[in-house]
Amino acid sequence: MSHTILLWSLTYAQLALALAACLAGIRIVRGPRAQDRVLALDTLYIAVMLLFLVTGMRLGSIFLFEAAMVIAVMGFVASIALAKFLFRGEVIE
Amino acid sequence: MSGVETVPMWLSIPIALFVIVGSTLTLIGAWGFLRLSSFYDRLHAPTLATSWGTGGVALASALLASWVQDRPIVHELVICFAVTATVPVTLMLLARASLHRDRMENAAHVPPELLLTRPRPEKPSEVAPSSSEK
Repeated sequence: MSHTILLWSLTYAQLALALAACLAGIRIVRGPRAQDRVLALDTLYIAVMLLFLVTGMRLGSIFLFEAAMVIAVMGFVASIALAKFLFRGEVIE
Repeated sequence: MSGVETVPMWLSIPIALFVIVGSTLTLIGAWGFLRLSSFYDRLHAPTLATSWGTGGVALASALLASWVQDRPIVHELVICFAVTATVPVTLMLLARASLHRDRMENAAHVPPELLLTRPRPEKPSEVAPSSSEK
């Protein structure tokens, strides 16, 4: 019974997070301006990182957790660099 | 080392609750991000995913890993901290960059008092070289 609860909740979480990533992808394609696309990329990073965490819970593997941590840090650096680029026109001054 | 199948009922209910709350909040945030009309409105939607969306999933993952490996696992809190501490910085910088770009173009959808808060030269052509020289 408890295994069934876990299995269904993890399946629901995987579907919801995949749908969230798809919505962010639609915004990347549609976004009227560059800052919308940067923000959509940040949302996509977060959704896929959570999807990695949930899949790691389901498989019981530690490697997906490390991938999720790398995605979290790299997403921050990428978004900061893109925002700086929008602000100044160049990343490194 | 026990597997996922041996999780007792009293632990599986909070894990399922945290996972469902976290993923639902992330989905609501992405849906609002797609629906809202202006960029400054859209900026608020993904914070649902980065506050309790990440917190719920990370807490559930920590609980499950602690049961499976028979010792307290707090690695997930590193992800939680990294996301909740860095995303406000990103959003703040993005909002400032967007306002900067809107000011450059005198965008019509920005309130006029926001366009005038900073003293700027009369000709926009004077702004571009000085900001690109830095």
